[in-house]
Formats: sequence, C-alpha cells, structure tokens
Amino acid sequence: MTQLSNMTVMGYRRENGRVGVRNHVIILPVDDISNAACEAVANNVKGTMALPHAYGRLQFGEDLELHFRTMIGTGANPNVAAVVVIGIEPGWTKRIADGIRETGKPVAEFSIEQNGDFETIRAASWAAKAFVHQTSEYQREECSINELWISTKCGESDTTTGLGSCPTVGNMYDKLLPEGITGFFGETSEITGAEHICQKRAINEEVGERWYKMWKAYQDDVIFAHQTDDLSDSQPTKGNIEGGLTTIEEKALGNLEKIGRTSQYIDILEPAEMPKSGKGLYFMDSSSAAAECVTLMAAGGAVIHTFPTGQGNVVGNPIVPVIKITANPRTVRTMSEHVDVDVSGILRREMTIDEAGDELIEMIRRTANGRATAAEALGHREFSMTKLYRSA
Amino acid sequence: MSEIPHLLVHEHADNVGVVVVEGLTAGTDMLCCVTHDNSTFRLTAGADVPIGHKIALKDLATGDTAMKYGEDIGKIIADIPKGGHVHTHNCKTKRW
Repeated sequence: MTQLSNMTVMGYRRENGRVGVRNHVIILPVDDISNAACEAVANNVKGTMALPHAYGRLQFGEDLELHFRTMIGTGANPNVAAVVVIGIEPGWTKRIADGIRETGKPVAEFSIEQNGDFETIRAASWAAKAFVHQTSEYQREECSINELWISTKCGESDTTTGLGSCPTVGNMYDKLLPEGITGFFGETSEITGAEHICQKRAINEEVGERWYKMWKAYQDDVIFAHQTDDLSDSQPTKGNIEGGLTTIEEKALGNLEKIGRTSQYIDILEPAEMPKSGKGLYFMDSSSAAAECVTLMAAGGAVIHTFPTGQGNVVGNPIVPVIKITANPRTVRTMSEHVDVDVSGILRREMTIDEAGDELIEMIRRTANGRATAAEALGHREFSMTKLYRSA
Repeated sequence: MSEIPHLLVHEHADNVGVVVVEGLTAGTDMLCCVTHDNSTFRLTAGADVPIGHKIALKDLATGDTAMKYGEDIGKIIADIPKGGHVHTHNCKTKRW
C-alpha cells in the first residue's frame, strides 16, 4: 500500500483547492435556445467547448433544482478552468453563473434578450478569448492520488463485466478508497436483484436504511407507476441479453462487483449532488443510462470516470475523461479503438483481479497526467441532462 | 493454467457457468474453472453457445432457481439438461 500512498499525479489545483485533470474552458447554455449562441462562440474561439443540451425552459420544482444543480456542478467541476454562461434571460443565467463563481474560478455571463444572438456572441467571444489566454498559462502541479474524485458506472454489460471489468474497478476502489480518494457509484434501477447486498455495504445501518428507502421509492414511484407490461425489454437491455445476461438480478450482481470486496459507501447523494460528508465512497441516486449517469457524476465533482463495458458502450463526456475497461475478448477484437484497459486475460486465467486493478490504477494515473482516453480521442462528448418530469 | 478455460463459474453453489471463448460448439469437452478458488472440472457442451452466454452445470427443472455469484438470479421456466444453453427462453427474472 505504501507504493499507492506515495503515488502522485500532475493535476490542476483550482481556486477552491480541488484537483482537476483537464483544463477546459466551457461555453455553457442555460437553456436549449441558447445552444446556437454557445456553439457560435466555441467556433469563434479555439480551445473552448460548447455543451449544448435539450432543456432549461419551464422546468419547475425538484426537476428545476436538478437542472440548476447539473449546470452549476458541471461548471464547478475542477476539470473546468473557466466558464462562459449564456442564457435567454438574465435571471436564471445569473443564478447559474453565481453558483459556479463560488468555486472562485473565472465566470462570465451573457443573456440574449435585448441583445440578440449577434451582440451576445460578440461580447461572449471576447470573454471566452480572454479566458483561453488566462487558463492556457495554468501549469500542472504534483498532487496526491488521494485528491482525485473517481466515479464509476458500467454500460452494455454482459456476463464478462461481472467476471472481469467490474471486479477490476472494485479492486481499484478497495485499494484507493483507503488512501483517501472520493468515489461515486450509482445506477439505482440496476441494483434491483442485489438490493439486499447493496444495503449491507453501507457504512452503518442508518445509511443502509436511507439507501433502501431511496431504492424502493424509485421502484414504486417510477418503475411500477410507469411500466406497461414489465421491464424485460429495458432491463436487461437488448445489448445485455445479446451478451448473455438473462435477468436483472444477474445484471445487478455483476454491477455491484464495481465496489469490490471491502468498500463501503458513507452517504447517499441526490442526482448531481456534490459530496459533503468527506472522503469516501458515495452512492448517487442516478439513471442507469450511460450518458446521463456520467453527466450527473461529473456534475457531482468526479474528475475521472472508470467505465467497465462488455458488449462495447462507446460513451464519453465533454469534461471528464472516461476510461473504458473490458474483459470481453470479442469486444477487444472488434472494437479495440474504444478500449483503454484490456482485462480479457482474466477470462483466460492469465491475469488476476489484483493485477487488473493495478493496471487500472496505472491507467488512472496516466489519464490524470494528461493521456487522452479512447473516448476523448474519438470525440465522444455526450452531455445528457436527467429530467424528472414534463415541463410546465 | 496452461489450457485456457471454456467456461467460468463464480461460486461452488452456482448451477450455471459462463462461456468465455468464441465459437463454442456442441460436444466440446469444456475445461471449467470456478473463479472463487480456481478449481477446475470438465463438462460437455450440449449446444453451440455464444461467448458470454450460460450453460447449465446440472439438469435444471421448471421451477428451480438459477444460481450465480452464489445468489438467486431468477427462475427456470423450461427444463434444461446438464450442458444446455441457459438464457431468456428458459430462465426469467422473479422481479418483473
């Protein structure tokens, strides 16, 4: 373990002390109708990235709170150096910009009404260009590995994820959580079938009971309220079934391998909520859809995502590097451009889970130092907001 | 292990295992490995089964519980002979 304790990465130390592994300047639309202006600014100013999305108008209640939390959390993520926020009107624009400003990072805000796209794009482009000059001079510095916030969610799972790639992530957590990293897992619906085991992995009974209530509420309020016949066509997915997974119980047991043998979660997070109970592992109440889940965990503050896949989910994220791990030799053979860590040796019994965990930790270190992941090299920037119900 | 296993089984309590090689054909004398302790046994594949799909380790009857990870993963809904393919046509969730 001493080897891990001494492990450092070259990261960006942000104004609030958090460590990021990327240095993005993002152009963040408050709402769907501001996407065009954001994309125009990102086109004008190289080294910036627009994050277009589908929502942000006439949302209300808990759904609106989630929207704000996701927007602010994305901007606040330490992988983001500076943010230009553009919305149709100044009220919600300011609320999001001010939320991000609490981190101390540079933020500029613009609204389109009474300016039009042209004037907004002109002014926002000047701000974006100044941010690119400023942040491109930021230097990486040596940071302890325990300052990383690392999330996980698996996708296009099959039976090989439960045998190989998920236990690899679990082994990484079993080794790095005691070193003091902050971890995230989630996928509420996909724990169904292993909920009795997941509840017991809480740090204490009180947290376990809160976890169970959260899981049960999703079953009762969403699944049973909206199902038409059963979920057999959605959970497991068609891809899961093609890969050999037969039931949700089987899928859930494989999924839960991602928290290893000894790791326990210390608290439960709302979707996109930032951890506040200190270092340790958190369960985030989240969709099991890959892009939505990674987006929510990024908004919660994760700076690296570990993504086990069986059949070959290709998801990425605009601000967080997504490391793909697979144990399926057919996926390695047919989709190698998407694979960062090949652990198919586990299935051939040529590689142990312990060795695979070490390989993943090494890939986390290299990714934190700046190595582009397969998803980054291929331009996978899926930014998918979770929406709780119909807008007003 | 010098020979590469054809089938992996998580726990000794399991009654299904996972095919981990491509192109497995009926009649193959499979090397099977229990990952819990790396113990091995042999079993004849009863069907052509794709990589990732499951094979019954013993005769399973309608109403039996499929066991994997040492846990309940669903109910058997059609009889399956030892060595046979186990999937959605003969095994179903108990949840929905």
